Amino acid sequence: MSERPPWRRFVLRVARHRAAVAGSAVVVLLLLVAALAPLLAPFDPAAQSLDAGLSGPSWAHWLGQDRLGRDLLSRLLYGARISAVVGLGTVSLSLAIGLLAGSLSGFLGGRVDHLFMRLADILLAFPGILLAIAITSVLGPSLRNVLIALSALGWVGYARLIRGQILKVKELEFVQSARAVGSPPVRLLLVHILPNAVSPVIVEATFGIARAIVAEAGLSFLGLGVQPPAPSWGAMINEGRHFLFVAPHLTTVPGLAIMITVMAFNFLGDGLRDAMDVREEIR
Amino acid sequence: MTGYLLSRLRQMVPVLFGVVTVVFLLIHLIPGDPVEIMLGESALAAQKEELRRELRLDRPVVVQYGEFLLGLAKGDLGTSFRSREPVLREILRRVPATLLLSAASMVVALLIAVPLGVLSAMRQHSVVDHLSGFLAMLGLSMPNFWLGPLLILIFSIGLGLFPVSGYGTAGHLVLPALTMGAGMAAILMRMLRSSLLEEIRQDYVRAACARGLSRRDAVLRHALANSLIPVLTVMGLQFGALLSGSIITETIFSWPGIGRLTIQAIEARDYPLVQGCILFIALCTVIVNLLTDLLYSRLDPRIRYE
Repeated sequence: MSERPPWRRFVLRVARHRAAVAGSAVVVLLLLVAALAPLLAPFDPAAQSLDAGLSGPSWAHWLGQDRLGRDLLSRLLYGARISAVVGLGTVSLSLAIGLLAGSLSGFLGGRVDHLFMRLADILLAFPGILLAIAITSVLGPSLRNVLIALSALGWVGYARLIRGQILKVKELEFVQSARAVGSPPVRLLLVHILPNAVSPVIVEATFGIARAIVAEAGLSFLGLGVQPPAPSWGAMINEGRHFLFVAPHLTTVPGLAIMITVMAFNFLGDGLRDAMDVREEIR
Repeated sequence: MTGYLLSRLRQMVPVLFGVVTVVFLLIHLIPGDPVEIMLGESALAAQKEELRRELRLDRPVVVQYGEFLLGLAKGDLGTSFRSREPVLREILRRVPATLLLSAASMVVALLIAVPLGVLSAMRQHSVVDHLSGFLAMLGLSMPNFWLGPLLILIFSIGLGLFPVSGYGTAGHLVLPALTMGAGMAAILMRMLRSSLLEEIRQDYVRAACARGLSRRDAVLRHALANSLIPVLTVMGLQFGALLSGSIITETIFSWPGIGRLTIQAIEARDYPLVQGCILFIALCTVIVNLLTDLLYSRLDPRIRYE
C-alpha cells in the first residue's frame, strides 16, 4: 500500500481540526465578500441621505444607516476589501523583506547576522502599533502609508523566525551532504534549506494577517489610517462611538466584523500549527 | 549576576542609541517641508522662518542630530510647539495617570487570568477549560477600540454603573482598566494554563500528593508559585504593549495620560511633542524589559546567569 504524500497528510490533519475548518470558512467568506463587494452591496457605500441619518435597521437598509445616511451594510461589505488588502498586503510585504533579511542573516552569519539582530532589537523596542502610529503621523494617513507603517515593523518577526529555522536546518545531515557534494550556496539555500524552514513562517503569517487587520482598524480608529469616505471598519467604529446612545449598531456591527475575522485567522493559524506538529492530537 | 547585568547594559546601549536615532529621523521623514506641514500653506514666510529656527531645521542634519543627542543627555526633549512648555514637563505631568491605568489593567488581567488559568489546568479538557479557552480567544480577538465602546454601552449607558469617560474617581478607572486588561488577561491565562500543566506533571507535585496532600492543595501550594514565574515575566514584557495600547484606550475614555497626549500632539501637528511621547514610551519599554529580565533570576533561584 502506498503511503500518502506529506502535503496530503497535512491537509487531512487541517480538515480534522474543527476550529481550523470553521476559521477557513470565514476567511474564504471574507475574501469572497471583499472580491464581490460591488455586486453584493445594495447601495453605493459613499451615497449620503442626510435626512435618514442614524436610522436603525429597515427592509431597505438591513443594518441601518450612519450619521450621513450611508448604508451600513454596503460600507461593511466594502470595508472587507480594505481589511483584506491590508491583511494580505502587509503580510506579503513583511514576508518578502523578512524572508530576505532572515535568510541572509541566518545563512551568512557573522557581521550580517550581528547587524540584523541589533536592528531587530531596535525596532522591537517600539511596542504594538507605536511605530506605525509614529510613521503614519509623519507620512500622513493613507492606505499606502498604512501598509508601509505596518510592514516597517512586521518584517522583523518573520526574519527572526526564518533566521532561527535556517540556523537549525543548515546543520542537518542532508544539508551537510549537499554541501559536501559541492552544491553552490544559493542552491543550498533555495533548494535545500528554505523549503524545510518555512512551515512555522506560514503559521505566523496567518496570525500576522489578523494582527495587520486589527492594526489597520486601530490606526483608522485614531484617524491615522484609511481616510473618509473609504469605509474602514476601524473608522466606522470611531464614527459610531459618538452616537452610542442613539445608534449603538454603528459601533457594534463593524466591531463584530473585526472580531469574527480576527478569530477566524487565529483559529486557522492554531489549526495549521497543530497540523504541522505531528505530536499534537487533533481535536 | 553583576557580570550579566553589565553585559545586558552593554547590549542596551546600541538599542537605546538606535531608538533615539529612529525617533530623530521621524521628523526628517516628513515628505516636503515639515514647517509648512505644521503651520499650513497659508502661514507667513516670517512665521515659517521662526519655526524653522526654533526647531533648528535650518542647520545641517548632522548638526541637528548632535544637538538632539546633547539635549537628550541634559533631559531636554525640546519645546512643545503649541503650549511652548518643555516637552519633558508635559510628558511627566501625564505619567501618573498612565501609570495608574497600567497598574490597574495589570491587576484586572491577573484577577481574570489566575483563577481561570488554574481552573483550566486543573480540569484539562473539561467544560470550564473549553469555556476559558474560548474566553481567551475572545479576549485576543477583541480589539480594545471596540471593547471600550462596548463596555461604555453596557455598563455606562445600559446599567449606569460607571462614568462614560473622565478621570478622578475609582469609578472612572474601572472601564479603561478592563479595556486595557482584557487582552493581557487572555495572554496570561493561556500562559498560566500551559505553564501550570507542565508543573503539575513534575515529580515534586506527585511527591506532595504521595505525602497525603490533596491534588488541589499540591497544585495551589506548590505548583502555582512556580508556574507564576513565566506569567510575571510575560507581564513585564507586555508592559510596552500596554503603554502602546494606552494610546487608544486613553483616547476612548478621555483619560489624561501619555497616550492621549500623543494623539493630541499628532492632531495638533506638534512634532516635538510627538517625538518626545514616542521616545518616552519606547525608552520605558526597553528599561522595563531589562528590569523584567533581571527580576526573572530573583524570582526563580534555579536560574543562574553566566
